Amino acid sequence: MAITEIIFWFLSALAVISAIMVVLSKSPVHSVLWLIAVFFAISGHYVLLNAQFIAIVNIIVYAGAIMVLFLFVLMLMNLNKETEPQKNLWMKLTGVVSGGCLLIILISLVRQATEIKGKIAVTKTGDIGLIKVLGKELFSSYVVPFEISSVLFLSAMIGAVVIGKKD
Amino acid sequence: MIELLFHITAFKSLPLGEVGGALTHIIILSTALFFIGMYGLFTRRNMITMLMSIELMLNSVNINFVAFNKYLYPDKMDGIFFSIFIIAIAAAEAAVAIAIIINLYRTHKSIDVDDVTDLKQ
Repeated sequence: MAITEIIFWFLSALAVISAIMVVLSKSPVHSVLWLIAVFFAISGHYVLLNAQFIAIVNIIVYAGAIMVLFLFVLMLMNLNKETEPQKNLWMKLTGVVSGGCLLIILISLVRQATEIKGKIAVTKTGDIGLIKVLGKELFSSYVVPFEISSVLFLSAMIGAVVIGKKD
Repeated sequence: MIELLFHITAFKSLPLGEVGGALTHIIILSTALFFIGMYGLFTRRNMITMLMSIELMLNSVNINFVAFNKYLYPDKMDGIFFSIFIIAIAAAEAAVAIAIIINLYRTHKSIDVDDVTDLKQ
């Protein structure tokens, strides 16, 4: 078993277990902390897939910015185990049945697909994850979506301020 | 931090072995993450944890994009850019959603989705 395979299985187990803990833990603060663990595991997967830039961006943006925002909001609202809404048992059952059925269908589909069978990533080659290559591509063929996303950020910022301010 | 970023992104290749996981394994991983997030979206009644479940689903989709890009089209970069834009849009979405949640908490003193029934009347 190669070392990348061991890392792959370890990161997969970490991601799945932490994701299960995100949805199962009673306290919202614990959910946020487990979600950060999921993001780190996913970043490890990106590094294995030669996408180093996305791995770093994932850690900085998700674990660094969004999760800190979540934690601050949770602290502002003083949420804890006692204020957590009680779940309906039927709702849980519905979640398990619908999610589980779709999961089984998709996994059986993936296992049957012939185009992707036996595809193995070569981790040593490829430089698509490097900043230089990504930047050149981003400012040539992806420049329009890039500029549009800047407008999107501006509108989201203004919207967040307008919605969130006291009237 | 910046030096670490340059250090990691300057690697032409990682000093690792030849083979990672197969494509099937990584798709099954991202499917499992997606449906764990979906279960959380169905069962949690707290709006912030519902939002966290949505982030989990978005991340599983990101893994799919990067994996398909790497395994099937290693000479193109569309999957990487799609996941970068997904990360950007997820950040904007989280900011707006948290502003809405804070506003709801101010008016209703709760962030239980079942308490927000103003449109019913």
